[in-house]
Amino acid sequence: MIPELGHYSLVLALALALIQSISPLIGARTNDSALMRLGNSTALMQFAFVALAFAALAACYLTSDFSVVNVYENSHSRMPAIYKFTSTWGNHEGSMLLWVLILSLFGALVAAFGLNLPATLKANVLAVQAWVASAFYLFILFTSNPFLRLADAPFEGRDLNPVLQDPGLAIHPPLLYLGYVGFSIAFSFAIAALIEGRIDAAWARFVRPWTLAAWMALTVGIAMGSYWAYYELGWGGWWFWDPVENASLMPWLAGTALLHSAVVMEKRDALKIWTILLAILTFSLSLIGTFLVRSGVLTSVHAFANDPTRGIFILGILVLFIGGALALFAWRAPLLKQGGLFAPVSREGALVFNNLFLTTACATVLVGTLYPLALEALTGDKISVGAPFFNLTFGPLFIPLLAAMPFGPLLAWKRGDLYGAAQRLMAAAGIALLAIVITFVAEGGDVTLAPFGIGLALFVMGGALSDLAERTGAFRLSFTTARRRAAGLPRSVWGTAVAHFGMGLTLLGIVCETHWSAERIVALRPEQTVAIRHYQLTFDGIVPREGPNYREQAAKFTVRSGGEVVGVMTPSKRTFAARGSTTTETALMTHGLSQLYLSLGDFNADGSIAVRIYQKPLVLLIWLGAVVMMLGGGLSLSDRRLRVGAPKPAQRKPALAPAE
Amino acid sequence: MRALALIATVLALQMAPAFAVQPDEMLRDPALEARARALSQQLRCMVCQNQSIDDSDAPLAHDLRVLVRERLSKGDSDGQVVDFLVARYGEFVLLKPRLEWRTVLLWAVPPGALLIGGATLFVLARRRRSLASKPLDDVERRKLTELLDRPNR
Repeated sequence: MIPELGHYSLVLALALALIQSISPLIGARTNDSALMRLGNSTALMQFAFVALAFAALAACYLTSDFSVVNVYENSHSRMPAIYKFTSTWGNHEGSMLLWVLILSLFGALVAAFGLNLPATLKANVLAVQAWVASAFYLFILFTSNPFLRLADAPFEGRDLNPVLQDPGLAIHPPLLYLGYVGFSIAFSFAIAALIEGRIDAAWARFVRPWTLAAWMALTVGIAMGSYWAYYELGWGGWWFWDPVENASLMPWLAGTALLHSAVVMEKRDALKIWTILLAILTFSLSLIGTFLVRSGVLTSVHAFANDPTRGIFILGILVLFIGGALALFAWRAPLLKQGGLFAPVSREGALVFNNLFLTTACATVLVGTLYPLALEALTGDKISVGAPFFNLTFGPLFIPLLAAMPFGPLLAWKRGDLYGAAQRLMAAAGIALLAIVITFVAEGGDVTLAPFGIGLALFVMGGALSDLAERTGAFRLSFTTARRRAAGLPRSVWGTAVAHFGMGLTLLGIVCETHWSAERIVALRPEQTVAIRHYQLTFDGIVPREGPNYREQAAKFTVRSGGEVVGVMTPSKRTFAARGSTTTETALMTHGLSQLYLSLGDFNADGSIAVRIYQKPLVLLIWLGAVVMMLGGGLSLSDRRLRVGAPKPAQRKPALAPAE
Repeated sequence: MRALALIATVLALQMAPAFAVQPDEMLRDPALEARARALSQQLRCMVCQNQSIDDSDAPLAHDLRVLVRERLSKGDSDGQVVDFLVARYGEFVLLKPRLEWRTVLLWAVPPGALLIGGATLFVLARRRRSLASKPLDDVERRKLTELLDRPNR
């Protein structure tokens, strides 16, 4: 009964989305406020029904209803309840349901909280949102229905993939989807603006909070995914340039560019056409990511060709929305009037510089990800594009971007003073230079990139602090004055500084991890000791343990530093009976921001075990930096200007008449 | 989204519950071993999804790691080892494709996008500046005088 209820709710959501696709649009054209308002109620009801469908599937999982194919294939009665719940989206069908749940959530949020939006803009936004939603409801109902039943219910399920039985599955996909799918709002706003043929600074102000919220979720979502892979996959890496990772990085790069260009549009009424294009591209990249991950095209072009239903369906959605949006853009964008002139050296100029490098970086990731697929599909030649390619091409693009980052906020709008900005960055540059020299000497004079990486990271962080110091007058004015000025600073200024500081932290973590990570790969017998940096690890022996749905062989290690015991680490190998598969569970020991990392290899016949030991200095900064970036986004989001919204003009300016 | 990568890893794990570089594979000479590690990171494990043989747990990756070390021990240069593997397994084994006709577009996009983007910006900026600094024509001048002469309210 429950699965049927879920299935039916989803069909109802589709029906509502179809109504919402059309009626607000007609309402906006004919100025019929009743039709326009219909969009609000359908958006809210749509979310209610999708939430019901999602709850139904979750209920099937929690009660281990193995008569549902999806539950049978991805769950097991002895799994802990938290993993039963998270397996709801730990599979293709369920994760698509989560996708549309978040899509409808954003639609409902616009309907509920977009009170200050002009009526026609809101109606059009909700209509576009419903187009996307309809397409994905159809995709789920026709190709990926999670509610299908089995005629004879099996006694036991086939278990969730053991690697996914981790708290990471509870956090990472929902956050990632909040970001990914959240960009659909920016897309809908862009399409609505093109339909209306009118766009102004207020538009940017409306769209910015949604973009910021999505960006925050995506930032942390990517970071959490990276941390999950770091401790789960067991070889100490935290970013692999895997196509699946690239699929989430591309919308992040484009979304970051969008955030920055929207600032220019809001403040200076410039870069309108570009901002609209970026809004379209960002969500298009989310769609491309969904296609890459969900169609199976990554596993192999041939697997895709053998069972192409899902892939072709998403490809259809992709072509329809990206092609349609770009065609609309080409047709209507010339109607949008450009405003706001600015000199190359100015805040606007700096943000354009940011956009140039971010979009180039994004294009690099896109071509690197798609090239092998395209080449194989066209010529049959197989090539690989992996980490070495991206490190060589992506890295150099980020260096000028980061080096220029501290200058941006210090430049004035319209016409900036580069020399003045440089003077204000003297302290930051001095610290960075000092760090370069110290690292260089400490490294024994070896010419590597590490000292420069450290210098760049400190420059970025120091630049963010200099900006705040400059604006509050700290070090120049009296403490009370500085404090008053600090309290008076707009939250978005704090947000910028904090987010930029976070980027510096991440860079510092990356440089330290990449350059000063120590590694030992050894075979150890019980009672043997191995040293890494200032730690000595003694292998005490193997302890068999039993979990709820697995058995594990845990290796106990006593960790000493300077003769003192500092802790015990127990990496393990788990065997899951249901799938007959094994996973390696790494053990982590955190000291400050550094980590000791232990991962097990083979158990040898002579009683020894192979272990991989890393000491990674400041590695936690990589993810902590992302959290700080998110906090910066949050500060910016809480800015009064965005909360209160744009002032409404007493009389709406006549819409720019479309040329038809 | 990482699910697929993880699933691929699990598949690899199921084939051989081993892990990346094994202690018994490693060479005694640290310099040679360091070269082997660096090379391994550039080479793809062909049965895995986008993993280098240095990271991969698959038996094939193990065989390739041993092979790389054998060649290096015999005195091959890094380039010779790579050439040998490419001759045997094709370009697919390289995680960083060589620059040749079919990969021209791949290598051209990063610098190309930056150059084209930069050039576009430069042209746009110049065009707008010349537009902004253009003197007023007669109609505009008359309009301006009208506006300026109009008494307030």
